[in-house]
Amino acid sequence: MKVLLKLAIRNLIAAGLRTWLNVIVLSLTFVVIIAAQGLFRGMGDQAARASIDYEFGGGQFWHPAYDPYDPLTIQDAHGLIPAELKPLIAAGQATPILVIQGTLYPQGRFLPVLIKGIDPSQKILSIPSEFLAASAAESEGESWPAEFTTSEKATGAYERMRIPDEIPAIIGTRMAATARLSVGDTVILRWRDSRGAFDARPVRIVHIFRTIVQSVDAGQVWIPLRVLQEMAGMPGEATVVTLAPGAASPPGNIPAAAGGWVYRDLRYLLRDIDQLVAAKTAGSATVYVILLFMSLLAIFDTQVLNIFHRIREIGTLVALGLTRRQVVLLFTLEGTLHAVLAAVLAAIYGYPLLSAFASHGWKMPEAFDSFGIALGERLMPVFTGGIIIGTVILILSLTAIISFWPARRLSRMRPTDALRGKLQ
Amino acid sequence: MAGPVIQTIDLTKVYPMGEYSITALNRVSLTFERGEFAGLVGPSGSGKTTFLNIVGTLDTPTSGQAIIMGTEISALSPLEAAGLRRQHIGFIFQTFNLFPVYTVYENVEFPLLLLGLPPVERRRRVMEALEWVRLADRARSRPTQLSGGQSQRVAIARAIVKKPAIVIADEPTANLDAENSYNILDIMRELNQELSITFLFATHDEKVIRYLRRKITLFDGRVAKDEILETAATPPPVT
Ligand SMILES: Nc1ncnc2c1ncn2[C@@H]1O[C@H](COP(=O)(O)OP(=O)(O)OP(=O)(O)O)[C@@H](O)[C@H]1O
Ligand SMILES: [Mg+2]
Repeated sequence: MKVLLKLAIRNLIAAGLRTWLNVIVLSLTFVVIIAAQGLFRGMGDQAARASIDYEFGGGQFWHPAYDPYDPLTIQDAHGLIPAELKPLIAAGQATPILVIQGTLYPQGRFLPVLIKGIDPSQKILSIPSEFLAASAAESEGESWPAEFTTSEKATGAYERMRIPDEIPAIIGTRMAATARLSVGDTVILRWRDSRGAFDARPVRIVHIFRTIVQSVDAGQVWIPLRVLQEMAGMPGEATVVTLAPGAASPPGNIPAAAGGWVYRDLRYLLRDIDQLVAAKTAGSATVYVILLFMSLLAIFDTQVLNIFHRIREIGTLVALGLTRRQVVLLFTLEGTLHAVLAAVLAAIYGYPLLSAFASHGWKMPEAFDSFGIALGERLMPVFTGGIIIGTVILILSLTAIISFWPARRLSRMRPTDALRGKLQ
Repeated sequence: MAGPVIQTIDLTKVYPMGEYSITALNRVSLTFERGEFAGLVGPSGSGKTTFLNIVGTLDTPTSGQAIIMGTEISALSPLEAAGLRRQHIGFIFQTFNLFPVYTVYENVEFPLLLLGLPPVERRRRVMEALEWVRLADRARSRPTQLSGGQSQRVAIARAIVKKPAIVIADEPTANLDAENSYNILDIMRELNQELSITFLFATHDEKVIRYLRRKITLFDGRVAKDEILETAATPPPVT
């Protein structure tokens, strides 16, 4: 009802300082909630992007036995690359990765690791595999083909090779820190081949890369795929085949279960990150739940006081021709308008503030690596329409409820009592 | 319209008070024609306010009927009752009850907003009403800047701006001094005569009683006396 809205606005403005205090606190709540949501959204986006770049590409085909959550399956999770995927690999649209278990012996300690074989010439993941190729070429004059020829990739008819005396390897910074390894160091790597026989060989760290994706770094040693296949006695085999980013999902003309391998789309692969972000968002809600609670409490208080102080006015409104329901609506509107004004105010100062935040990002302290989610050095919050609209709807409806709550009793008041200044 | 503006038949109001009960109105049957200037008098607790509240549709009777503008009010929904008040009934209170956050103008305009009148019409009527109560020059003031007499005049303007059939005034002079009391009584009598609005008072005030053309005395919730006062036209001795 237009009259009631007009009336509510007038009353609100007439209340002056009290209204503005409520509105300022509530607008702060808006900005903080949106900022926090944006930050976590940015966190999630950044983690997802990095995971796509370093690990998931545009989706993966998994060997049917492969389960990244169950280390015991790794032993069996390898097999010949399905024929359907070979054209993609030959065309540079996919890259195979073989995973086996091994142990590293740095300075007398031993570290269980996953040994991952990657094609040094692959361009699909940001893992700097090219260092494996370059070092292979210069290793002790002994030439061995680190890379596959195109025909090998296409046909899977691999030429057998001798395992080099010193295997080139790249590791991430976390792995380097755990094993206390630097570029140029050699370290003994022990593994078990497909027949169950143990073998060991020195690996030389040719490069250490930095990534926010822990799952390609911690506890992992990357060596040339071809060498790993030879070491493990698994020629032509892989554990996963990663598609190029942007690949169609599901990939065109490839059956979802190529050669019995399981296609995992990005939604599946990223669900851990989504869950983690959701958990983090919920966990951090405490701060703004308190802020929200305080501002809602202030509005509730204002409503209760208003109804108490203005009871004669309420009786008069009924005498002048409002129903009690309309009075309830009027007071609910009055309270809810706090949130509308707060949204406007928040837009006025929050927009420039949050835009600056979004473009400058937030420099993360070093300690944040242990936050449980991979974070870059600079976190760029992402403010989507969904976050903003969602926050506005949330606060508006909570304010409406909190405004309605004390006003609701007015629907039972006796106007004659109200006119005498009494609230039963 | 033809017929009485207010008619009550055996109007009874009982307030249950635990074991016993209070009969505030006991079979009150009264009829008021258009343009009456009538008042309920009687000792405190005799049921004056109760009667006005029921007639004003702010309260409901325990039994009996109240027919306002031809409508039996106990049959009305809350929305219909509100519509009746909005259209036909103006209220004047002992405590003025102006909206403190509105200007004088806005206070008087309020009933017209509820009626949904267009702005030009509202403006004309508000200024006319303010002329009646001789406060056109205070249109932009706030209620807090007005004296008691001025406040009650604004309240009168607010009550009559929609040209209702009935104005209900419960002790309108109780918070005013003699001069202001006579002042507003003059204004109300003028409005009663010019616009033939029915005024219905409840009062103890001799000054008001002097102006009444009909005096109904209530006692213990019953009509004890109902008299026409021929002397009512006498102008008050302003001191
Ligand atoms: N809400 C109520 N609950 C219980 N009793 C009530 C209520 N309102 C009025 N009464 C009782 O009804 C009777 C009539 O009250 P009413 O207010 O109509 O008297 P009145 O004539 O207006 O008195 P006064 O001259 O003091 O204003 C009184 O005995 C009063 O105590
Ligand atoms: Mg009374």
